[in-house]
Amino acid sequence: MPEVLTAPLVVEFPFTRSLGPVQSAFLTGLRARTVLGVRASDGRVVVPPTEYDPVTAEEIRELVEVGTTGTVTTWAWNARPRPGQPLGTPFAWALVTLDGADTALLHALDAPGAESVHSGMRVRIRWAEERTGAITDIACFEPYDSEPGRQPTAHSGEFADTDTETNADTDANADAGPVTGIIAPARLDYTYAPGRAQSRYLNALVDRRTVGERCPACRKVYVPPRGACPTCGVATDEQVEAGPNGTVTTFCIVNIKARNLDIEVPYVYAHIALDGADLALHARIGGIPYDQVRMGLRVAPVWTEGARFPDHYRPTGEPDADYDSYKELI
Amino acid sequence: MPHNERLMPHKEPVAVVGIGQTRHVAARKDVSIAGLVREAAQCALEDAELTWADIDAVVIGKAPDFFEGVMMPELYLADALGAVGKPMLRVHTAGSVGGSTALVAANLVAARVHGTVLTLAFEKQSESNAMWGLSLPIPFQQPLLAGAGGFFAPHVRAYMRRTGAPDTVGSLVAYKDRRNALKNPYAHLHETDITLEKVQASPMLWDPIRYSETCPSSDGACAMILTDRTGAARSPHPPAWVHGGAMRSEPTLFAGKDFVSPQAGKDCAADVYHQAGITDPRREIDAVEMYVPFSWYEPMWLENLGFAAEGEGWKLTEAGVTELDGDLPVNPSGGVLSTNPIGASGMIRFAEAALQVRGRAGAHQVDGARRALGHAYGGGAQFFSMWLVGAEPPQN
Repeated sequence: MPEVLTAPLVVEFPFTRSLGPVQSAFLTGLRARTVLGVRASDGRVVVPPTEYDPVTAEEIRELVEVGTTGTVTTWAWNARPRPGQPLGTPFAWALVTLDGADTALLHALDAPGAESVHSGMRVRIRWAEERTGAITDIACFEPYDSEPGRQPTAHSGEFADTDTETNADTDANADAGPVTGIIAPARLDYTYAPGRAQSRYLNALVDRRTVGERCPACRKVYVPPRGACPTCGVATDEQVEAGPNGTVTTFCIVNIKARNLDIEVPYVYAHIALDGADLALHARIGGIPYDQVRMGLRVAPVWTEGARFPDHYRPTGEPDADYDSYKELI
Repeated sequence: MPHNERLMPHKEPVAVVGIGQTRHVAARKDVSIAGLVREAAQCALEDAELTWADIDAVVIGKAPDFFEGVMMPELYLADALGAVGKPMLRVHTAGSVGGSTALVAANLVAARVHGTVLTLAFEKQSESNAMWGLSLPIPFQQPLLAGAGGFFAPHVRAYMRRTGAPDTVGSLVAYKDRRNALKNPYAHLHETDITLEKVQASPMLWDPIRYSETCPSSDGACAMILTDRTGAARSPHPPAWVHGGAMRSEPTLFAGKDFVSPQAGKDCAADVYHQAGITDPRREIDAVEMYVPFSWYEPMWLENLGFAAEGEGWKLTEAGVTELDGDLPVNPSGGVLSTNPIGASGMIRFAEAALQVRGRAGAHQVDGARRALGHAYGGGAQFFSMWLVGAEPPQN
């Protein structure tokens, strides 16, 4: 069995979130060390607040302030915290019903060990020193003996621009009006494996050979190969060398620079039917002014030291291919 | 024939009784995604004079998850769409998803699984970057291109070569659609000072596609209420009736694929026309809302959908046949070229077709429209979904 290649694939993006009125009030509240919930149609207080009633679907907007102490309803011990989690030391993931709320909030509970955590235990919020209007403004929960019983109180959802408290960290946390949006960075770490057929193709490229595969049913040659014919649905295992020369079947001239691509514009992005292939592959054309590239142009690969793929294709100087010879390959 | 088949048709006729859209813009920073979809759904309920309790099931769609980074939007949006205690489905077929979502909902009614279904599609493009989402750095692949424009531009060139169309046709489509959008208060782009000269002078991005011949990036949602005959009888406004609907798929790349006129698109249209009893689409269809993200796709799809013979589509565009006052108006709403919340774009086509036959399209109403086609495509011209709606209930 040939070597199957693998490589890391990291997909990450700083997604933005517009909050809308209810989440905006909730996160602005956290920045001011205040927890807001919303009263549902049946009178229950939902924390964190939702925009729509979880039972009737009606829009709900009656904000209330609840306590910063609460009761653990259930929990799970996290013995090995991962990067990006709220605490670096072992902690409990806990559902906490804050005093005055009827639903529980998920967060981290800082406790010395699993044996110290139980459903029904009393906890309070430990606020982050620097608060920005995010769920992480609650650093975590911590054990705290107190009596439950606080009732929710009406709240406008508006917060003064300057915090009236006199704590040392006030100034840093009370600026800039309501929080209307957040950035939610996401990152996914994959191990990507292109499969056996693609690996054979990629390994042949090291020798500057282009090797496709022929479908045993329709006899079409796929470059790059996929291990199966997408039309016939059967495995392709007959190796066929294609190219190295080919014909430009169609193209476009790219005039805008993509931020994730290190290619100077303008450049020509072309479909090239390699001699012997039944499907065009895509590559850049060089060695000719961009405005002289044409359909039917005959081209050859240009390799650079150490690169996996041809850097680009250049004109061979042969006469252009007749349209009828490649029109089915566009 | 069994007794019960004489009493009722084998499929329940499906009626569109509610349509709602947001006013599409570049960025809706004032609402969450939940708030955005809610607006469209609420408008559709108001149009149908129904409440959340009247809805039996919810079917939603959006384009790839990477566009907003919400991996299970159907989970997150259940309360905003009143889906608590009801079936909720999510459909995903790339850019055609708005169309296929509506068809999945219509089939639930046609099969008498549910009486009244809310269907909705959305995109909040401002929360992410579609060009990034379509250009992930896949290992062992040579990065050559970013986004959709460069992918489709070579196919446009192939169309021009195949048909001999003059290179001005694309600008005519963009000029028409942007003017139509001025009559549609929901459209994103309202370029009041648009001229043909401005379109033709706009920069080439992916030659042969100019800036003014590309779709914008929009935030928006579209919703429809689909119901059975009983529901239609209660409708406060004339319903649109579904006369035919179909989906077809094919691989993105395969030997013999015709990117200019994909076989899956032809087959999908033929199926819809057969269901609707259409034999001459050019004469029998009064308005078309087709998915044209780059202007040249209008003449390309005119051929693919059977409105013109192969090689003749551009002649209809050039002769003004597809203008709002032409005899086959295409994209009276302004189309995808004027509004593109990607996941919703297909459903907007379906909804705008329905608005036309309901006589409720406002300033972009096509006079006397009785039958209209809604069309969507997605992926690398890979997924197709279409429906044909009429002012009268279907005969069969």
